[in-house]
Order: sequence, then C-alpha cells, then structure tokens
Amino acid sequence: MAVNILKETCIGCGTCVNACPFGAIAMETNKAVITDGCTQCGACTEACPVAAIIREEQEKLGTIDKDSYKGVWVYIEQTGGLAKSVGYELLGQGRKLADALGQELAAVIVGYGIKPLAQQAIASGADKVYLADQEEFSHYNTDAYTHVVADMINTYKPSVVLMGATHDGRDLAPRVACRVGTGLTADCTDLSIDEATGLVAWTRPAFGGNIMATILCPDHRPQMGTVRPKVFKRPLMDNSRNGEIVKVETRVQAAEIRTKLIEIIKVGTVSCNLEEAEVIVSGGRGMGKPENFTLIEELANVLGGAVGASRAVVDAGWKPALHQIGQTGKTVGPKIYFACGISGAIQHVAGISSSDIIIAINKDKDAPIFKMADYGIVGDVMEVLPELIAEFKELKQD
Amino acid sequence: MDIIVCVKQVPDTAEVKIDPATNSIIRQGVPSILNPFDKHAVEAALRLKEKNGGKVTVISMGPSQAKDVLKECIALGADEAVLISDRAFGGADTLATSYTLAAAIRKLGSFDVILCGKQSIDGDTAQVGPELAEHLGVVPITYAADIEVNGNAVVVKREQEDCYEVIEAKFPVLITVVKSINEPRHASVKGVMKANRKNIPVLSQQDLEIDGERIGLKGSPTQVRRIFAPSHRVQGEIIESSSAKEAAHLLIQKLSEAKII
Repeated sequence: MAVNILKETCIGCGTCVNACPFGAIAMETNKAVITDGCTQCGACTEACPVAAIIREEQEKLGTIDKDSYKGVWVYIEQTGGLAKSVGYELLGQGRKLADALGQELAAVIVGYGIKPLAQQAIASGADKVYLADQEEFSHYNTDAYTHVVADMINTYKPSVVLMGATHDGRDLAPRVACRVGTGLTADCTDLSIDEATGLVAWTRPAFGGNIMATILCPDHRPQMGTVRPKVFKRPLMDNSRNGEIVKVETRVQAAEIRTKLIEIIKVGTVSCNLEEAEVIVSGGRGMGKPENFTLIEELANVLGGAVGASRAVVDAGWKPALHQIGQTGKTVGPKIYFACGISGAIQHVAGISSSDIIIAINKDKDAPIFKMADYGIVGDVMEVLPELIAEFKELKQD
Repeated sequence: MDIIVCVKQVPDTAEVKIDPATNSIIRQGVPSILNPFDKHAVEAALRLKEKNGGKVTVISMGPSQAKDVLKECIALGADEAVLISDRAFGGADTLATSYTLAAAIRKLGSFDVILCGKQSIDGDTAQVGPELAEHLGVVPITYAADIEVNGNAVVVKREQEDCYEVIEAKFPVLITVVKSINEPRHASVKGVMKANRKNIPVLSQQDLEIDGERIGLKGSPTQVRRIFAPSHRVQGEIIESSSAKEAAHLLIQKLSEAKII
C-alpha cells in the first residue's frame, strides 16, 4: 500500500494535516506532502474534501505458505490450576471467528497438573486442546513458556492465536510473535473477520484512548493479538461437548530457563484484582485525602467488589499502583463501576469504557465523567458515600 | 556495569483533544515529550549506575526531532545518547522497530542491562521491550517495580495483577519498568548545560548490519487498516438533590427498577 497526494487536485486546505493521527502530513508551498511518519492508515483519504489523497493497495511478497496455517487458537492462562476468566471469554469469541472461517477452535494450556482445565475449555467451545503439562511449567516462566508455545505454533501451524492482555500475556505474546516472526496487535477491544480479505480485523485503542485503530496482518502467520479481559462475555459451559486432547511433549532444558522465581509477595487485604472484579469502587482526587478511602473500601466490601484509583491518586501516593485504572494503569470491565470524586480525564475513561454500568458521584456537575455515566449523583462524595453504604447494607439484609 | 536505556519521543496524549466536528485528532499545540514510562527507566538506570558504577547510554529511534528527548536524558545524567534515524525506518510496527533497535544495540557493543519503559503512551503496546529481548537473545523481565543488583545478576520485583514476583536473572537482561519503581529526578542546571553541548551521533541504515526487507513499513507484518473515533457512551440519568440521603435512595431505586441490583 502507498498513500499518495494528487498534486493537481490538492487545494491546500490543510484538513488532512489535522486528520493524520501520526502527524505525518506537512504543507509545502500550499500543497500537502506525506512525510516519513506515514503508516498508510488512510485516515487522510477519508478527510480530504476533494478526494486528492489516494491509497493504493500493493501486494506484499509473502514468503510463507499461508494456506498451510489453519485453525484458531486461544491461550488459556492459568495460575496454580485456576484459569483466568479471559481465556474462556476468548474461547467464546474465538468460536465465532473459527465458525466464520470454517476452521477448528483449539485451546492451548501450559502448566502442571492442569488436566481438569482441558475439559472446561472443551465445554467452553474448544474442539481441541493442546496440553503442555510438565513440572517445569508449574509457574509462569518467560523462557519456558515462550519455548513451548512457539514450538507448538511451529509444529501445528495455527492461522490465528488469541491471548489475554494480562501481565503474563503481554510478556509472552510479543516474545512468541517475535520468535515465530509474525505480527502482533496489543490490547484489542474488538475482533472480527474482515469480509473483503478473510483476515482477522484487530481493533484497539491508541493515543491514550483518543482514537481506535483496526489492524490487519495480511502476509504473516499466525495472525496474533492480545485481547483485554472483560471485553467479551464468558460463554456458558456445555459439558456435553466433546473434544480431542493433544498432549504436547515439548520439554525445556533447565539451562534454557534464565530466570529464577525467588518468592511471591502478596499485597493488601482488599482485592486489587480489578481485571476480574464484577464490581469496582474507585476514588479520585475528589476524595480529598487518603484517609477518606476507607469509605471507598467499605462500599467495595459491602458489594464484594474491588478498589480502584485514578492516576492522580496513585501519583500522589494515596494508593499503590496496583489499584490504578486508566490508560497507564489497568483496563477494567465490571458489571458496575463506581467513580467517586473522579473527574473523568480521557486517560481514566479509556480504562473503564467497557464497564456495563458506570455510576459517577462528583460535586462538579460539569465534570466530564457525567457525560459517560449511566447514573450520576451531583453531590459531595463524603456525604453521598455513607448514605449509599447504608442503603446497600440494608438491601443485603433484606 | 553497562546500561542501555531505550526511549521514545511521544505526543503528550493527555493533551490530545478530538475535534468533535471532524472526529479527528487536534495535534496543534500538543507537546512532544519523553515517554513518561521511559523517564522512569532512565531514572532506574541512573540509580543503578550511582550504586554500582558503569555507564548509561540512551538510544532512541525516530526522526531528527527525537534528539530533544535524548538531550533531556543527558541533562538528567545519562553519559551518552545515540539517535537511530533513517527515512527507511519510518512506519515500522513493533517487530520492525525492535529488529532495528537490536541491530543498533549490537553495533554499540556489550551491555549488562537494557532498560525500557513498560510501554509508550501513544502506541500503548508494551511489545517493543520483549521483542527486542527476543531479537538479542537476552531474557526480558517485564513490569519491574524494583531492581537490585547482586553481583552479576539482578533481582527484580515484578508487578503482577494482584501480587509481586521476585525474580532473579544473570546479566545480560532486559527489564521494562512501571511507574511506581521510582520518582524521576529533575535535570540540574549543570546537566542542561552539558546536554546543550553534547553531540548526539546518528546511526542510519547504512551504519547497521540490517536486512532492508525487515525494517520500516516494509518489514512490518501488521498494517493499520482504518482509524476512527471511539464510540462514546451516552449520558444517562443525573440525580441532583440537596439531600445526600435522598440522592442515594433515588439511585438505589433506579438501579432496582433497571434490575441492575
């Protein structure tokens, strides 16, 4: 592909300069010029009022036999034999992609003593499970896991590989993609099949959530992406489903494992596992001072939820970074999200937009958070929160 | 110990606004900054050097303006800075970027530790660090919230979703850092003066042993198909009441009616 400006047609209006998300168009002697930063995304072609910008499709010379790659794979992340929800969520969406492509859906599970997870993956939609069940995989290890997953890809040649955009997923996926020499799209919030090409269309936020980009991987296989937790609904399990379990015998030599896990430090008593939480109560600068977070914790406790915090609160040292929600923190998608004393800066909003219901409490009625909240209370959080806690406690007793 | 820090110049996405009429990004007036995560990586490098001795070299791939962020790193205390810049590198995705950075690092010589920010705030992929490690054949440790040096090894506190892992690895190692790792210092006047005088060498395609098919847009497996504005949630019901008790009660009522609770 190449983006070109038709000099004759260009009227020098400059609309494309502003439309380019990468700042790659400049004006020279009243004509637009494409510069080095161009990624050929085509945003300018749509913006040009006189159709002076064209994007030419150009065949890349593929060096691999794409047709030999078949099937949709979902990597099921587990710790201590417990699978993270995102794996099942991806099996649900992976099933749709596999059906649209007319190919099989397989789950990939790496760990130790994880056999029960295979049946759950099949019940969640997988036709096949690749199971790497060895002692050296008992805890996530970047070298061992990269080795085994890359090995499986090279052996069985899937067309598509989906992983959860968790900490370990974002550690593993780029190493595997690099090792097998393919493209990887990070932190997707939507997946579909591009009708024109039959390729996976990976959609993700960029620029701090200010724009969305849809990305294709046309000439390399497998097509790989990480997908944020809670974007897709977890499918209901159907235990009558049957599937094949393939035992993966790949072993990793001790010398190939260059990191050693010394210990695991558990933190806090209040849950900060925001990625998996059904209810999140979050506080921002509007909470006034760190001590006031006891109200946030109390409401979270009553609702069985987790505690979140805005970037400002974490930067000020009121809450540890593990609680931070937003573009530079965690991305969440609970059933109910309470934003207490959070103004709703774009960088925070980018992390909460896939919540089912957003409830905002803020004393500034013009706070941007109200523009996206399903319910809002204009009022002082320090007065409203105790009342809400009392109401929810009462409900619980009934 | 020899430390290399990879940094990126990014638009300050917190300052980015969307033109509601055209749904496009308004770039005018948006400052270009040192990627905030990378600033913490530079700080981590300086602290490692202060404690263990050695040299800090900062590298960046980008257009010639990216020299600004390299000078900023020199002002903060880095010893050397190198810009990797060539038209042919333009439009690179994470695979082509990490491949190019790897070639530049090989050219620079040996290293004990490579530090990167967890991710950039414009691309947000967090992929270049682990991919760079893979190209160089060194082990990556991601999400570092603390780094200690123990002889010829590092002990890293790695942030997980709900806990920390303490991981040890021998040099050479690549570490990506989260913001909680440290509080970056400000540049000193002396540092700024040093940065002003500093000559920043540029490595182009011909300076590197590199396969022309694997760089820039041509070497990028992923292609941007379409850019569009995110769909916005619509405003729901706003409760304004002088009594907090009444407001809370009204909310509960509405949530029950909508069968949310």
